[in-house]
Amino acid sequence: MSDSPQDGTEEGPERLYVITSGRSSASNGLDLVTLIVARTVPTAGMQPEHAAILSLCQAPLSVAEISAHIGLPVSVVSVLISDLLDEQQVLTRPPVPPADLPDLSLIEKVIHGLQKL
Amino acid sequence: MAFKSSELAEPPNEERLPHTASAAVKVVIVGGFGVGKTTMVGSVSEIRPLTTEETMTQAGAGIDDRAGVEHKTATTVAMDFGRISISDELVLYLFGTPGQQRFWFLWNGLFEGALGAVVLVDTRRLEDSFDVMGRLEESGVPFVVAVNSFAGAPDHTLQELRSALDLPSDVPLMSCDARHRDSSRDVLISLMHYLHSLVATEPS
Repeated sequence: MSDSPQDGTEEGPERLYVITSGRSSASNGLDLVTLIVARTVPTAGMQPEHAAILSLCQAPLSVAEISAHIGLPVSVVSVLISDLLDEQQVLTRPPVPPADLPDLSLIEKVIHGLQKL
Repeated sequence: MAFKSSELAEPPNEERLPHTASAAVKVVIVGGFGVGKTTMVGSVSEIRPLTTEETMTQAGAGIDDRAGVEHKTATTVAMDFGRISISDELVLYLFGTPGQQRFWFLWNGLFEGALGAVVLVDTRRLEDSFDVMGRLEESGVPFVVAVNSFAGAPDHTLQELRSALDLPSDVPLMSCDARHRDSSRDVLISLMHYLHSLVATEPS
């Protein structure tokens, strides 16, 4: 919660503000489990955080996993992914659309998958 | 958890999803501090559980937006999660809620779009479960209740617990051992069967 990061590095809000150029992630439509796939590879001169995301997403990876691997909050990572989407450097594979109730075939697939564990 | 470009934490190859992965669903595991949420995530996850975080900006309670500005404080809230590949296309993510209940429903998108939730209960602290079950009902998130077995915990029958938790008869209640993969998997399967029954009986 309010614990200091375990590796001792202080992360003030200012640093996050710089990474995102002060933007917030409101309404960019990314879910914690939206899968992100890179369309390109990192290039020299790219903002390091953008390059890191491209490098991670050479195979599909969820927004939550990207956040965990690069150690930045989900909202910050979402802004960075939006940049890459705008530049068509990544694709998203949105989560199964939230409905009031999911469809039966989806649930059956999950049951089948879990039974194999 | 600082980002360092020189030592980027790449996922190990075996933790990469296949390129065919095209859709993901999520289930949220809720419960009080120390009830075994992270244990359950870890026992069924195919990857070492990861931790993601969000910075919450909190206004003081009961203060309106304009007046709240000067009282806002930023708090970092962490959440553990894991992953199960259901098929080459479909991936299930399991999220353990942050330790402090007041953050669960502040975290935008945690419950939104979730298939459902598992309420993990410690019989020594049943009261921890009331609030969250109420909030899940209000949010329309279907859930099952799993009692994690702890040595030394009071020995109740499930029927006694159902009555103590004031749980409707149609909501599945089971005991489990979150340390064991089979047991945690069975809880998830029960949730899916419950969802299946909800969908199947939904008037169309």
